[in-house]
Amino acid sequence: MLEIENLTVEVAGKEILRDLYLNIERGEVHVLFGPNGCGKTTLLLTILGFPAYKVKSGSIKFKGVDITNLPTNERVKLGMGVSFQHPPQIRGVTLGDMVNIAQGRSEAAIDEGVIELAARLNIPYEFLSRDVNLGFSGGEVKRSEILQLMAQSPEFIMFDEPDSGVDVGNIELIGGIMSELLDRNKLPSKRVRAGLIITHSGFIMRYIKADRAHVMLEGSIACSGMPDEITKNIMEVGFEKCVEKCKVK
Amino acid sequence: MNKRDIIIERAKRAREKKAGLGDDINLERYNTAGSEHDALKSLAEVPQEHKQSLLRAGIEPSESGRSGSFLLQDRSVVFSRVKSPGLELMSTTEALKRHEWLATDYLWKAIPVDMDKYTADVELDETNGYFIRAKANSKVTIPVQACLFITTDKTGQKVHNIIIAEENSELHIITGCSVAHAVQSALHLGVSEFYVKRGAKITFTMIHNWSEGVEVRPRTAVVIEDDGTFISNYILMTPVKSLQTYPTAYCEGKNARANFQSIIYASGNARIDMGSRAVLKGERSRAEIISRVLATDNAEVIARGEVIGEGANASGHIECRGLMLSDNAAITSIPELKAVRKDLDLSHEAAVGKIAEEAILYLMARGLSEEEATSVIIRGFLNVDITGLPEALARETKKMLDMSLEKVM
Ligand SMILES: Nc1ncnc2c1ncn2[C@@H]1O[C@H](COP(=O)(O)OP(=O)(O)O)[C@@H](O)[C@H]1O
Ligand SMILES: [Mg+2]
Repeated sequence: MLEIENLTVEVAGKEILRDLYLNIERGEVHVLFGPNGCGKTTLLLTILGFPAYKVKSGSIKFKGVDITNLPTNERVKLGMGVSFQHPPQIRGVTLGDMVNIAQGRSEAAIDEGVIELAARLNIPYEFLSRDVNLGFSGGEVKRSEILQLMAQSPEFIMFDEPDSGVDVGNIELIGGIMSELLDRNKLPSKRVRAGLIITHSGFIMRYIKADRAHVMLEGSIACSGMPDEITKNIMEVGFEKCVEKCKVK
Repeated sequence: MNKRDIIIERAKRAREKKAGLGDDINLERYNTAGSEHDALKSLAEVPQEHKQSLLRAGIEPSESGRSGSFLLQDRSVVFSRVKSPGLELMSTTEALKRHEWLATDYLWKAIPVDMDKYTADVELDETNGYFIRAKANSKVTIPVQACLFITTDKTGQKVHNIIIAEENSELHIITGCSVAHAVQSALHLGVSEFYVKRGAKITFTMIHNWSEGVEVRPRTAVVIEDDGTFISNYILMTPVKSLQTYPTAYCEGKNARANFQSIIYASGNARIDMGSRAVLKGERSRAEIISRVLATDNAEVIARGEVIGEGANASGHIECRGLMLSDNAAITSIPELKAVRKDLDLSHEAAVGKIAEEAILYLMARGLSEEEATSVIIRGFLNVDITGLPEALARETKKMLDMSLEKVM
């Protein structure tokens, strides 16, 4: 579904991603670990096509289409969605408006179904009329992002640190809904959606099963393997040593 | 000399007195006579070609959902009808004949006739306008509509309005100022004096629908007694040659309250100097002044706000936000606070900026194109919470704003 080859990306004149390869098949969920500042968010925003992230070499293909030079909204139309780590505040545009936009609705009224989805995320109805991200707590930002994704229901979803700043009870809730959004509750042969989960803490992985894990160091994927094993190694010996272990194998 | 003669004398002496703010207008460029129009039996008789201009200024030609309607075309009152028994609505000229107390107690009491050459001219030239009065204790929640319409080129429209909400009454007004397509240049001088009595409430929703050649100098003052409320919503979405206005609310009474909300989309070569001022004299009186200014093309906007705190425990807040859409436009934001005692709570916030690129990208990541995203952000920016209006009127005001936005985006 997503094929990244030999990707090198510059941000503000600085090379952040180097010769990166990543292949995610339909039905798969991958998790990307890595220390702060290694380039995880950069990878996500490059896949999404934000203009500050300049592709110097390599290519990104999505559902067989070369999207390396497509504007963000065209990529989204092809079926990708994202939960941002630090989404911006927009004055006068409410969470309800964002949900309607994600759903592709033009009316101002909020869909009944969305109100139910919000309730599942512990988002009260009144909250939908608040300006998006304005004065939201860390956990509220995450749940608002997930709600927009539920409304959008994309085939390929990227989650950027869905667990940071979220209290334990809500991590479980978010993990459950992410599992649903990514077809994790279906038989492997019936799964059509795919995802990429970025987490530096790894907490969320207790509540969602991934098929493959990667560790990013200094802008490249330094090692890949089974999620359980890699999670265990990172917890026990840290990112760098985990990568060394990987290489020895 | 009787009172009226004294007023006229003062006006004559102020004939050449330039206004403190705004470009000086040569009043002689505009016609002070001619273009008389016949009275209409209903607003439905307004010719089709003009109906759209009325609708754009929030005026409902069918008169439905209105407790009264008033139409001033150029310099003639062509229609005035009141449907609610709690209301009086007629031309100011007519009202001055009918109520002797109007001249002695209200006319030029809120605004000095010699404030500048424009107020003087409104007194000295042949003037019309509307008189609206809500009787004591009558709560008229259905709005009254008044339209000041210019249809003849080179017209100098001079208007003097007096609005009174008697004790414990409630009055909602929609005023639409509009201009016909054929008009290349025109002048509008509008004096409006509002009196909000003890426990009364006035909401005043004004939509300006001018065009590139119109010069506009409204002069507005509001006197608010104990527990009185005045809420103003001002919307300007169309081009204008120049506009300068600084409506002032005098919160004289205890708990008197004034709210000003202004939404301005400045385009073309418009030169706009627009502010709201509140003088908080009453104990615990309060004011809120909110403005949203969008400047594009070569428009130049000065957005002012002033709160003067004089009464015990008075409080006031100014919030002025500007959004720049062009490198050739300019916004100057001037909020002012003046406190003369220590138990006051006065504050302001002002911000002028461009559309944040990350906000556009966020919306694009939800599927919108760059243009759609920009439009959503602009709408959001202009979306001030309009409070204090009856629900139907609030909905309608939102619709009017949407309609004007549709036209500009
Ligand atoms: N828009 C940007 N402008 C300048 N530098 C950036 C920008 N985005 C990311 N960077 C830099 O790129 C590096 C990787 O950042 P990021 O991808 O956010 O890391 P991570 O998500 O793994 O913590 C950091 O050094 C960061 O400062
Ligand atoms: Mg990050």
